[in-house]
Amino acid sequence: MKSQQVLQRFEIRFSGLGGQGIITLGKVMGQGLAIGHGYNVTQTQSYGPEARGGSSKCDLVISSSPISYPKAESLDVLVALSQEACNTYYPYLKPGGALVIESDLVKQPPTNQFLGLPYTRLAKDKVGIAQAMNTVVLGSLSHLLPFINQKTMRKSLEAVLPEKIRAVNAKAFNLGLRLAKKEWGDDVGAVWEKE
Amino acid sequence: MARRKKRKEIFALGNEAVVEGALLAGCSFYGGYPITPSSEIMEIMASKLPQTDDGVFIQMEDEIASMGAIIGASLAGRKVLTATSGPGFSLKQENLGYAVMAETPLVLVNVMRGGLSTGLPTCPGQGDVQQARWGTHGDHPIIVLSASNVQECLDMTITAFNMAEKYRTPVILLLDEITAHTREKIEIPYEGEFEVFSRTIPSMPPEWYKPYEETVRGVPPMPPIGSGYRFHVTGLTHDRNGFPTQRPEEVVELMDRLHRKIDQFFYDIQLVEEIQTEDADTVVIAYGCVARSAELAVQQARANGIKAGLLKLKTLFPYPRRQQEKIMANAKTIIVPELNMGQMSREVKRVNQGRASVRTINRIDGQIITPSEILKVIMQG
Amino acid sequence: MNEITGNEIIHQYLRHNKKFPHVLCPGCGHGIVLGTLIRSIHSLNIPKDDVVIVAGIGCSGRLAVYVDFNTVHTTHGRALSFATGIKMANPKLNVITIMGDGDALSIGGNHLIHAARRNIGVTALILNNNIYGMTGGQSSPATPMGATTMTNPFGQLDKSFDTVELARGAGANYVARGTTFHVKKLEKVLTDAIERPGFSVVEAITPCHTQYGRKNKYKTPVDMYKWMKKAAIPVDRYNELSEAEKEDRLAIGVFVERDQPGFEERYFDLKAKLQAQEEKGGK
Ligand SMILES: Cc1ncc(C[n+]2csc(CCOP(=O)(O)OP(=O)(O)O)c2C)c(N)n1
Ligand code: SF4
Ligand SMILES: [Mg+2]
Repeated sequence: MKSQQVLQRFEIRFSGLGGQGIITLGKVMGQGLAIGHGYNVTQTQSYGPEARGGSSKCDLVISSSPISYPKAESLDVLVALSQEACNTYYPYLKPGGALVIESDLVKQPPTNQFLGLPYTRLAKDKVGIAQAMNTVVLGSLSHLLPFINQKTMRKSLEAVLPEKIRAVNAKAFNLGLRLAKKEWGDDVGAVWEKE
Repeated sequence: MARRKKRKEIFALGNEAVVEGALLAGCSFYGGYPITPSSEIMEIMASKLPQTDDGVFIQMEDEIASMGAIIGASLAGRKVLTATSGPGFSLKQENLGYAVMAETPLVLVNVMRGGLSTGLPTCPGQGDVQQARWGTHGDHPIIVLSASNVQECLDMTITAFNMAEKYRTPVILLLDEITAHTREKIEIPYEGEFEVFSRTIPSMPPEWYKPYEETVRGVPPMPPIGSGYRFHVTGLTHDRNGFPTQRPEEVVELMDRLHRKIDQFFYDIQLVEEIQTEDADTVVIAYGCVARSAELAVQQARANGIKAGLLKLKTLFPYPRRQQEKIMANAKTIIVPELNMGQMSREVKRVNQGRASVRTINRIDGQIITPSEILKVIMQG
Repeated sequence: MNEITGNEIIHQYLRHNKKFPHVLCPGCGHGIVLGTLIRSIHSLNIPKDDVVIVAGIGCSGRLAVYVDFNTVHTTHGRALSFATGIKMANPKLNVITIMGDGDALSIGGNHLIHAARRNIGVTALILNNNIYGMTGGQSSPATPMGATTMTNPFGQLDKSFDTVELARGAGANYVARGTTFHVKKLEKVLTDAIERPGFSVVEAITPCHTQYGRKNKYKTPVDMYKWMKKAAIPVDRYNELSEAEKEDRLAIGVFVERDQPGFEERYFDLKAKLQAQEEKGGK
């Protein structure tokens, strides 16, 4: 394994609608970073009434050293898969942080600096099932974030999925990876590469 | 110590880690009633226990019955667990007192949520701390532990089982919604790496056995029901044979022993973690999820040249008095942040007796106390 | 070994290291029920070590302390929950609960219906004296309408529970009723109940002259037995009576006999199935 890039509290928030697979996305990515990559990771999520009423939220804090405070406070990456989530959480994004949106669902991004892909449509049209949308997101983030080893992430994705849906998800992952590269450019994550 | 085997790593929820810890400690019986935010403990037990050799899982009709069932199972020789939150913790109190009186080992996990009554079911809180200490009626000793991260959820569950068995007493493990619902990488220790203590079983012939006899440790041996030692178990104040008594000298003997068996072993029971406290003139005393905020705040304060430290409480009761006294040699300011109106700070102030200046940070809005809130108070000195 | 009879049997099962005298009033029916229970267990030849008596709180609950079995005197109303834990932890044990009417039907009513629903392999012996005896004669859910008690000095306003119908409706495997006047019959149903798997309920009607009888129409304990003798009739004869004739009568005998497997049996079957599956999967 390549030596691990040093991170100090890198914070990602996944947000959007219930049913989009947001919690699973956070869990899979968290697991991949914690077990596959060896980072310290905390994953927290919204529960109860907050988690019903249609909205969903899941946070990851990733660090090379032990994490004291487990919640995300100032985000390096905000993934917003609905307009409402984008409106609610954009103010928590750090200056210089990346906003990743589902471009069909977030019609009014609060800034012109964002990275968008029509995730739902891609999953439906190119993978064949809308539920694989979260894995397309995971693929695209694995391109965006230079500290993610794509092979390792794909492997840990496969490790947590039941046999039946492994192939579909591998396809969705690769699609996200490829399109992010194509649409966002090779060095989209260069800001985080320095160290 | 050299590692013989590799520990298994998993990415797990705090509640999941409790289950892992319980199973490692030898727990083979769970009785419970679902309630947020503790339900995952019950759900995971429901799928795991039926698949173990002798594991029993049972969903009872309420929390009162859950306590009854696990006490019964413990008397029959099992290591037992139940978990609850909020209103469920109130219902557990009646039989919790019975377990103290009948010296029945059990572990009761309370994942604290916000507010009183039905309150804030999905938010964190630390409002049950004094209830854990004094929730059941009558004078009684009790051991209350806490955990502030997922690894500690596992470790402290094992510790809770060991203490319950060692001292023949219920042990309460207080978690909070954040700790229970955070996922983190944890290491599962391998067999033989950690202590698993099991209650002492009598070795004398049954006719010599006196169930509540005085012993050196103050903890009488405990046979499982049905093993040939027939005796009487009761919540009434009882003599050495277990029979009800109101004779003052027998009442005092029992009450003395119940307290003494815990009091004697403070050194074993009172667990804390000291983080940069050696030279600290400002010390934060915290537990549970708030201890994590405090740890970051202390690091940030150190970066600003302030001699700050953290005393993280893993045992809440019996309150680690000597550990606080030790850090008070240097501390001029003690800060106690907690998600209640000031329940643990009472203990801190009681030990402090006006020596250092004690500042409290209290939040009861269902939100965690952030590192910056604590840092601000540290900077004020 | 069952050659001994009468008091000799009872003496074999009493705890002689327990400081007698006992706490029961003269004329109390609870002792008769305890004697009956001992004879039932003796007739079944169950070793003392395999019997667990789990008692609630009340005069009835105090019975546990006198007998040389594994005895657990629990909290008010909760005996069945303790018993459920003991049975599930060690299904080989014969678990018998002793509860009062207040214990089983009021504070423990929820535990009773769920023990029946679950059909846990426990025998529930309910000593119904129509009153809270231990606490000094307050109303219980089995106090008849119109009766005078400390908490209904002007007459009981609410209806009382029918233990039999309650247990039947909740799903108990076996339900029977007897009285301390009809001791042989009581012994018979209690023996059946202990033998049968699943949840069994035996209601024993027992007189509390101290707290109930003398404040109502029974001047002496003997009057209470006279009432029992007159009121109790076998259930099949009872069923032939008109509604009006049933008014002052009390049906005794066996009301429910089902053969559903107990909860512990279903649970351990499931475990065995899961284990077999795992072994198959492992190969
Ligand atoms: C939680 C609780 N509430 C109230 C009591 C007081 N109490 C003790 S016994 C009893 C009633 C006993 O009546 P019953 O169950 O009919 O038994 P009996 O004495 O008539 O045999 C009550 C109310 C108690 N011990 N615990
Ligand atoms: S009060 Fe009633 S139930 Fe209690 S011992 Fe006396 S007669 Fe029996
Ligand atoms: Mg009664």
